[in-house]
Amino acid sequence: MTIRGRVWKYGDNVNTDVIFPGKYTYTITDRREMARHALEDLDPSFAGNVQPGDVIVAGRNWGCGSSREQATICLKEAGVGAIVAESFARIFYRNALNNGLPAIICPEAAAALESGDAVEIDLEAGTIRRGDDTWHFPPLPETALRLIQAGGLIPYLRRELGTTRNT
Amino acid sequence: MGKTFAEKALARAAGVSEVTAGQVIDARPDVILSHDNTAAIARTFSSLGVDRVRHPERVAIVLDHAVPAPTTRHAQNHAEIRRFVAEQGITHFFDVGRGICHQVLSEEAIVLPGQLILGADSHTTHYGWMGAFGAGVGRSEVAALWATGELWLRVPESIRIVLEGSLPLGVTAKDFALRVIGDLGADGGIYLSIEFSGSGIEAMSVESRMVLPNMMAEMGAKNAYVPPDAVVFDWLAPRLARRTGRPVEECRAQIEAGALYPDPDAEYVAEYRYNAAELEPYVACPHTVDNVVPLSEVAGTRVQQAFLGTCTNGRLEDIALAAEVIRGRRVAPDTRLLVIPASNQVLQEAMERGHIQTLIEAGAIIGVPGCGPCMGNHMGIPAPGEVTISTANRNFRGRMGTREAEIYLANPAVVAASAIKGVIADPREL
Repeated sequence: MTIRGRVWKYGDNVNTDVIFPGKYTYTITDRREMARHALEDLDPSFAGNVQPGDVIVAGRNWGCGSSREQATICLKEAGVGAIVAESFARIFYRNALNNGLPAIICPEAAAALESGDAVEIDLEAGTIRRGDDTWHFPPLPETALRLIQAGGLIPYLRRELGTTRNT
Repeated sequence: MGKTFAEKALARAAGVSEVTAGQVIDARPDVILSHDNTAAIARTFSSLGVDRVRHPERVAIVLDHAVPAPTTRHAQNHAEIRRFVAEQGITHFFDVGRGICHQVLSEEAIVLPGQLILGADSHTTHYGWMGAFGAGVGRSEVAALWATGELWLRVPESIRIVLEGSLPLGVTAKDFALRVIGDLGADGGIYLSIEFSGSGIEAMSVESRMVLPNMMAEMGAKNAYVPPDAVVFDWLAPRLARRTGRPVEECRAQIEAGALYPDPDAEYVAEYRYNAAELEPYVACPHTVDNVVPLSEVAGTRVQQAFLGTCTNGRLEDIALAAEVIRGRRVAPDTRLLVIPASNQVLQEAMERGHIQTLIEAGAIIGVPGCGPCMGNHMGIPAPGEVTISTANRNFRGRMGTREAEIYLANPAVVAASAIKGVIADPREL
């Protein structure tokens, strides 16, 4: 699975409240509308300019704070192809994989990459490329890859349970 | 090698004899928690093509995040949840006004020591106060849990935080929690289980103990743990007896038998030791919870709003502390003091003891038990440019509704003193 896009670079401890404001938690339920508020309180230019496949690159503890899954869904729906960070908050990390959004821990790439860089990520090989530069990350565990390939936990589980979607 | 609390609790939850940190297991939680987010989870659950919740008796739902409903949208959300609860025969359901989920499940003794609770709320770490394993998960994961009853978890490594001695006058569990987060950083506990111990912890009331694991979510912890003792068993037993109709003694014996303790030779990735006598009141400054300074450094900062409440510090002990500071005084002009008890039981007890009277006479506003303005939903949203001092657990930019507001976090006495002075103030100087 290969992801190609431009880098949006952010810092440490980016929390779920600036990724998706809590005030919308019970009033915005449409995924497209969630995407329009992605990173609203951190980078107002993001939602209008992000392109499919673009990659968020961040420092330590991306996604700390709430368990709200909208913080993952709004990014996925906005077209984000992957997030590369020094480390992730644990609930965000689970939510990302469960929504089919690759969350990649690679401190070297997270430090070196800059906004606007064109990158290519190979999930199976565990590589991030920018021109002639290559960084390696431990390939995602098989469970995580399966979840991402299935499009997330729910479609994965639907297949496992052998049920058909009734909504 | 001995086992940590996390290793013991997750082995039990996985139904195996032992597990080791780093291992991935399929855990079967005793309790699965959700709140106002239940309607969204129910829609995801429905998309799985499963009709019935597998173990409805393990599901607990508390409406607390926006209660009573502030808008038609919120009311529709609550109505959808009530329909789902009725359809699925969920008995652990608590409607608006009962209180905040973590307080209610504690008061109802629905979670017990040694058990596993997974909740679609990041502060599910809370249940560590009684020695239960509580971890936050996402909405999709709760839908999956409703369908299958189990979820994969990685057994976390553990760190130990020891507090020895007694806290000086005016220094609370909240100050200790803030100090730890300030020292270790917002990612200092990431993926980890945090075990508290020491004479300083043993000396704490149940209500103070609740603050610690609740706040450890702000350090990224997977769960946190306080060793359960007689204080905890005595607190839970009559509550379990009331809910189940069984004798108190029998309930107490059952609770005690379920308690888990780490082995003396368990392995920790780090240990931090604190001397309670050296602690002082602390404040977390905007806009991160680990931006912690001694109270004296920010004293004098103008505040427009003081908020006492949330799952961190909205209990009787906290309200009593604030009432003691405020008795016979008035909230400062151009300052609002908002008090939201963590549950209706807390509210009732605070009324019986006269604390609510004291607070109202001083000019405080009393809200309906629930989460209130903590996450920017309603009932106390600051205006752009305003400063709030709060007993909550988060001060992220935009948290209370507008990115143009500042949030300081402090203990209940500091919040009360600041309401009186109109500036961040030290209650010990009043």
